[in-house]
Amino acid sequence: MGIEEKLPSGVLLTSVEKLAGWARARSVWPATFGLACCAIELMMTGGPRHDLARFGMEKTGSTPREADLMIVAGRVSQKMAPVLRQIYDQMPDPKWVISMGVCASSGGMFNNYAIVQGVDHIVPVDIYLPGCPPRPEMLMDAIFKLHDKIMNMKLGPDRDQEITELEEARLSMLPLHVTAGVNGESEL
Amino acid sequence: MTTHVTPGATDAEAEATEGRVYNVAGGDWDQIVTAGDTDRSENEQIVVNMGPQHPSTHGVLRLILTLEGETVAEARASIGYLHTGIEKNLEYRTWTQGTTFVTRADYLMPLYNEAAYCMSVERLLGIEDKLPERARIIRVLMLELNRIASHLGGIGPFGLELGATTIFLQGVRMRENVLDLFELITGLRMNHAFIRPGGVAQDLPQGGLEAIRDFLRKAPRMVHDLRTLIDANPVFIARTRGIAYLDLEGCMALGVTGPMLRATGLPWDLRKSQPYLGYETYEFDAQTTDTCDAYGRYLVRMNEIEQSLRIVRQCVDRLAERNVRSDPVMIADAKIGWPARLSLGPDGMGPSPEHIAHIMGQSMEALIHHFKLVTEGFRVPAGQAYVPIESPKGELGCHVVSDGGTRPYRAHLRDPSFHHLQAVSVLCEGGNLADVIPAIASIDPVIGGVDR
Amino acid sequence: MTQPPGGEVPAEDNGGLPARLGEQRLAASVVRTGMFGANTTGDTSGYGRLQVRKPPPLSSEPPYGGYFDAVAHALGSALQSSGMSFGDAVERVVVEHGEITFHVRRDKLIEVADKLLHDPALRFEICTGVSGVHYPEDTGRELHAVYHMLSITHNRRIRLEVSAPDADPHIPSLTSVYPANNWHERETWDFFGIVFDGHPALTRIEMPDDWRGHPQRKDYPLGGIPVEYRGTKVPPPDERRSYQ
Repeated sequence: MGIEEKLPSGVLLTSVEKLAGWARARSVWPATFGLACCAIELMMTGGPRHDLARFGMEKTGSTPREADLMIVAGRVSQKMAPVLRQIYDQMPDPKWVISMGVCASSGGMFNNYAIVQGVDHIVPVDIYLPGCPPRPEMLMDAIFKLHDKIMNMKLGPDRDQEITELEEARLSMLPLHVTAGVNGESEL
Repeated sequence: MTTHVTPGATDAEAEATEGRVYNVAGGDWDQIVTAGDTDRSENEQIVVNMGPQHPSTHGVLRLILTLEGETVAEARASIGYLHTGIEKNLEYRTWTQGTTFVTRADYLMPLYNEAAYCMSVERLLGIEDKLPERARIIRVLMLELNRIASHLGGIGPFGLELGATTIFLQGVRMRENVLDLFELITGLRMNHAFIRPGGVAQDLPQGGLEAIRDFLRKAPRMVHDLRTLIDANPVFIARTRGIAYLDLEGCMALGVTGPMLRATGLPWDLRKSQPYLGYETYEFDAQTTDTCDAYGRYLVRMNEIEQSLRIVRQCVDRLAERNVRSDPVMIADAKIGWPARLSLGPDGMGPSPEHIAHIMGQSMEALIHHFKLVTEGFRVPAGQAYVPIESPKGELGCHVVSDGGTRPYRAHLRDPSFHHLQAVSVLCEGGNLADVIPAIASIDPVIGGVDR
Repeated sequence: MTQPPGGEVPAEDNGGLPARLGEQRLAASVVRTGMFGANTTGDTSGYGRLQVRKPPPLSSEPPYGGYFDAVAHALGSALQSSGMSFGDAVERVVVEHGEITFHVRRDKLIEVADKLLHDPALRFEICTGVSGVHYPEDTGRELHAVYHMLSITHNRRIRLEVSAPDADPHIPSLTSVYPANNWHERETWDFFGIVFDGHPALTRIEMPDDWRGHPQRKDYPLGGIPVEYRGTKVPPPDERRSYQ
């Protein structure tokens, strides 16, 4: 990302951002991290009926070194967690993560010793996609939302500012207002 | 670079490595070369880790191969990367809720997991012969459709792993049609939780039979297309004929069942030898070839798809018969059978309005049964049972132990993929590295079932 | 066909009249109390003093029915030819739900398995695997290993059950007779802590190599975290209260 750091802020950067965003979003290569049932739905999304190839995504980066997007499809067990992190680390920037299915997003129905309760314990997730398993159409919707996010991603100093703003917004976010409930507000 | 031994390495792995193991994780190329130069022996062996994340290993299977050039000297499979604790989870859920867990073990054949579990529970309950006929026929129908989907889900990725994406796309095209039927009947494309102890969750919807008949009209053409593509394909044959040979003696020594066993010529099919769910009344043939190799196993699976279509046709005809048409699909015993007839309403799927009216307005007893069944669940008498069925991968069974309560005391899924993966060493050693892929694909393991 | 083992039947047999059965039942150990499964707060179900006792161990007398007698007879004669009697090797036979279970003594297990595989009248070629069960209240016999055998030649199925105490969780490994039990025994070791003597490489197979504990034992928690939802927290399944 050397060139991004050298770009000045301003109108020129905005045009470059648009071009870069459009180029990145139109050919995202997924490093399919297909683990369990969601992997089957992921495969079916690449099939003839719901065709991921129309979005430039049929070339799965078989090696993480040439992949942009990691779709964590399926339940991540304790044994698999370090492998997941290693694959994520091997992907070059810019990279995004979709956690597909409830098991990847939050542990799903398996609230036990063997499953990591949400892959965001291990990698930063951009899009959470619920479903057990999510339909191919749902996965495509998640991918579109990610494309939106990629297209509007800023570069260089604009990006730094965006990150700072997002962090501040998160830190000052109020918890869900609780009017009733067993534990009351203090538990949050 | 020095010898690298993983902490906690097993004896098996230590045996597998003769000579130095190079842990290459970046670094100076010169270092690696000089390290190798100091200790170069005649037959240099490399240990290659086809790690859990790999596009060609059917899921998160880790293979540790010791290679001499292109020949595989030793092949070990390391599993557990998808262990979910399904069996332990079952001990904290009621018997009916167990279906939703068990269904996600082997996710390419979810209805088989459910059927094995539910049939074991039914044996403990003693209601095996009290299932309504319609429930039995629907079970057979769904199981055979799942067999087709599972075989296609094996053959498709088989082609993909060999590099033939067209096989994958054709297989997926047909599999989508089967998944459409599943969605129509059970509500979900996968992991249905449809077969429950006592029967099935709900009856076929309006137009269900017609949709299945429509599929049966299109299916032979699609199977024919697949066969034209694969059966006589010289590349496919070159990559699978004579590969991964395991004859009858080997299969018996390793306890292999299913298509692998039938590819050796022995027509052992539990649907024929120890029939269940009325399979003895259906007309179909157990398919065998006698080549004992990966190509033979593929042929067995393709033939089984055609036989399954035959069975589905017979099921559809039976379901339309007058004396079966209005049968219930759940056992009549109100203390066991899941109470609510589900139906689609304005806010989604839920108990049908008739059922709500019945329990709220008409019958106190029905209300009590509904309440007790949903909150507490039914009680299963103490004992243990094991009912094996012929799944697309082999013999699948669920060993269920009950202590008389509302939760399983222990439920163990005997999964065929787990058992057959032990044969990886036998199939791959001595062959080429490139033959490891078709060998594993011909076992057709599904790692969800292996690790549970 | 099934009745409690000899030790618990009183000298004068009332034929199972309620009074006698009550005494037998009270002698069994308590497995569960209450109906709510609540161990943190009080049991408000109204069934707090309910005690569920362990059912007595079953034992069947011959004739067992079907092909079970042929199997038992053939096993007996095969064992006799190597100097062991049927009663030496098999503690108990249980026939229920159309299935037969031979409770085998663990030191005789390999001999029994060998005969099952090789004897022409038995020929149980396939052992479909080992399933472990942990009965913590069955003192002295907490860990059970269950083997299901299939005979393709004769189209038969039987089950073998072996028990070992927690203090000495050793069971001989069947890998010398049925090599395909390899991974099954590793899995049972991984989940229950049963050590299979004679196994070539008894290591963890499903859990990570450095995991501590044996997850599917009854004294191992399910794990899991409380789930936060709309301002309240739902505890994991093994800590919830629910009707049992």
